[in-house]
Amino acid sequence: MLTAEDLPALARGAALLGTGGGGDPYLGRLLAQRALREHGPVPLVDPADLPDDAAVFVVAQMGAPTVSVEKLPAYDEIGRAVTALAAHLGVTPTHVACIEAGGINSTIPVAGAAMLGLPLVDGDGMGRAFPELQMVLPGVAGVPATPMSITDEQGNTGVLHCPTAKWAEALARCMTITMGCTAIISNYPMTGARARETMIRGTLGLCVRIGRAIAGARAGFTDPVAAAATEVGGRVVHTGKVVDVERRTTTGFARGTATLSGGCVLRFQNEHLIAEVDGTTVVTTPDLIMVLDTATGEPVTTEALRFGHRVSVLAAPADPRWHTPEAIAVVGPRYFGYDTDPVRVHDTVTDGAPV
Amino acid sequence: MRIGIDVGGTNTDAVLLDDAPSGGVRVLAAVKSATTDDVTSGIVGALTGLQADHPFSPGDVDAVMIGTTHFVNALVEARRLAPTAALRLGLPATAALPPMVDWPQRLVDATAGRGYLAHGGHEFDGRRISPLDPDELRRHAADMAAHGVRSVAISSVFSPVTSECELAAAEIIAEELGPDVPISLSHEIGRVGLLERENATIVNAALRELAAHIVDALAGAVQGQGITAPLYLSQNDGTLMDVAYTRRYPVATFASGPTNSMRGAAVLSGLGTCAVVDVGGTTSDVGVLTAGFPREAAVEVSVAGVRTNFRMPDVLSVGIGGGSLVRTGSPERPDGPTVGPDSVGYRLTERALVFGGDTLTATDIAVAAGRADIGDRSLVAGLSRELVTAALDRIASDVADVVDRMRISADPLPVVAVGGGSVLLPEAFPGLGAVHRPENFAVANAIGAAIAQVGGEVDRVYAIEPGRRDAVVDAAKQEAVDRAVASGADPGSVALVDFDEVPIPYLPGNATRIRAKAVGDLRLERTVTP
Repeated sequence: MLTAEDLPALARGAALLGTGGGGDPYLGRLLAQRALREHGPVPLVDPADLPDDAAVFVVAQMGAPTVSVEKLPAYDEIGRAVTALAAHLGVTPTHVACIEAGGINSTIPVAGAAMLGLPLVDGDGMGRAFPELQMVLPGVAGVPATPMSITDEQGNTGVLHCPTAKWAEALARCMTITMGCTAIISNYPMTGARARETMIRGTLGLCVRIGRAIAGARAGFTDPVAAAATEVGGRVVHTGKVVDVERRTTTGFARGTATLSGGCVLRFQNEHLIAEVDGTTVVTTPDLIMVLDTATGEPVTTEALRFGHRVSVLAAPADPRWHTPEAIAVVGPRYFGYDTDPVRVHDTVTDGAPV
Repeated sequence: MRIGIDVGGTNTDAVLLDDAPSGGVRVLAAVKSATTDDVTSGIVGALTGLQADHPFSPGDVDAVMIGTTHFVNALVEARRLAPTAALRLGLPATAALPPMVDWPQRLVDATAGRGYLAHGGHEFDGRRISPLDPDELRRHAADMAAHGVRSVAISSVFSPVTSECELAAAEIIAEELGPDVPISLSHEIGRVGLLERENATIVNAALRELAAHIVDALAGAVQGQGITAPLYLSQNDGTLMDVAYTRRYPVATFASGPTNSMRGAAVLSGLGTCAVVDVGGTTSDVGVLTAGFPREAAVEVSVAGVRTNFRMPDVLSVGIGGGSLVRTGSPERPDGPTVGPDSVGYRLTERALVFGGDTLTATDIAVAAGRADIGDRSLVAGLSRELVTAALDRIASDVADVVDRMRISADPLPVVAVGGGSVLLPEAFPGLGAVHRPENFAVANAIGAAIAQVGGEVDRVYAIEPGRRDAVVDAAKQEAVDRAVASGADPGSVALVDFDEVPIPYLPGNATRIRAKAVGDLRLERTVTP
């Protein structure tokens, strides 16, 4: 069961798995809290326990985090995205799910499940956050992204059928801009059997554990970064002060580089994608590169990186399915325009190694 | 010469400064007096105290700078807040989280807070979300009037991009409620981030009545002493604003207390990089200085449990000060005394035991421990040694905890203690080292106010066409400089102190948020105020 009291921890953990992207989790937490208070706690279901014929509906927000902190949702559109897609398919939804574990998209489905009175799948389609909607494991495994619904606070609702997830991404992005740069989508409709095979298990529970570990370490005056590292099965690859941040806009994404004291360079594009220490690439996408405030353990988004900020860089392995050649084509460094092969965290960073 | 005054919840501190021949400033006189219920007599007392300490001609005063924690204390203590309505324009969007959604209930109660949702607002690119509905606004206004609302806060989605809806709605609300109900508009107060900007606007609205009263009292007190120099109040970032501005934007004074004491502590201690603990009558505020300037909060800042997004120094406060109530055991802490968070405030001289009152305060503890000599020591002679030691230990550990949370590394960071209440702190914090208490420590905030500068700021989202980046950046920087000069900065001294450029993902047209801030010395002119 997920209750309103779990949400601060869930939101903080999701911000960490957001690997620098996903925006501010505060609004998502408030939305989900409201829904849980109105409708009661939401049961969490392990993907492994989904019946074959379950009808699993993903719900997520699409758009610019900078806009969603200003133009807040009306509320009803979260449930409406699911009911519109279900009606189009002629299916009665049985479960709601998260497409990514990161930022606001870990909490929007909580609100959706509560308002629809449905259980929530304790898992997601990425095990982290990525910026585009084709970057999901069910998609890599052959689940079509569409039909997909898209809806806004005005009551506009559309259903897209696209030959590829990239088309869906491109068209939905255009619609989202016209809708004022935020929209609610429901896509990758799956049977229980498909969800069981293709989703990542346990990520919502993991988010709650991460959030509690960080808060607990702080309350007990122990190292919150180390506590987070333990929960995600990762390693601290560097600790330092931000000495330079360079940003530029390319094709709608905020790309940039952050340099930390002590010889660490982070390359990011919404999310952190590459970490280098002493000129050597120690980890790249799809593995997780997470930046935390060294003192508080609060996850730091790429937008919030500023000179003088003391931060720790945490790296953790992504789900092994992200390292197949088909997946690397979708989320590897080359997809993001970096001319390098993927580097996996456990190949370069071992127990007790760097700082 | 100039006069700096800090009106705290408990004490009013004042300094008379002039420029030292060797550069920098020279403290000619410093006095400390109790803040009074009416504010005026406290200021008068401070000015006559300075006059007695170092006689000066009122005509030689070039400027009077006042920093006050009055407004933030009013919010923290939830008193003298006007019944306030929050009107938000943005339907059908934003209904999920209505105004004051995450506020502490006691502040909702204290402001008799009423939230209203109406049509209006804009998209990020200036398109309308929905047209304003004048009838809907008039219905809301009628309901506000029926519920005794005396101040209104209006927020509109994306008003930092276009203020049109807020201005139009304000006109309609003003028609209905009349000229005596002040209206605060969010685009004048905060930046992008609806809930946080709206919160700051509601807080501002709730303080407008108090602000009018206080500003009149301050100006009257200064003029009553024959001083004709302009009066300024210090803002959150340590820069100055005039009285007319303060009347409209009391929320801009919110963090001026900590900023002033930190800047003053830097001047007094000569330490440019340090943690500063300012122990006042109501709270202890802890901030970190880097190269003489306060570290700015990187994220949203909560004030009295309300999230806001105006730029503030990174300060952590704990409700411990000279006026804090000391209680012997409570359900939460059965093991020992608690100190604060509530305070007797300016009533210290009536309520504290050493002044013949009936309330055990932190000041009584300090006197009983021999760390301060005020009031009648014999009145606290009966306090048990055990209680005094336990209360001091509680203060030391609660404040040290806050200092520790503000550190950004394991490296030693000198701690400078300022403010009258800093006698409550030990000579050293366990694990943090010695506590520096510079000369004039008790009036550091008044000194900080007196050395405050004038600033100008730009914070806007720009669409940058290819090849135009440098021109846009230069224009933004120049606008910040121009604004500083327009606010009274000496053009020759204005420098850009902060610049930040953040491309906004997923928005079309290379949207980039640019923030630029310029600061300069106040241009001192002997002017006669009416």
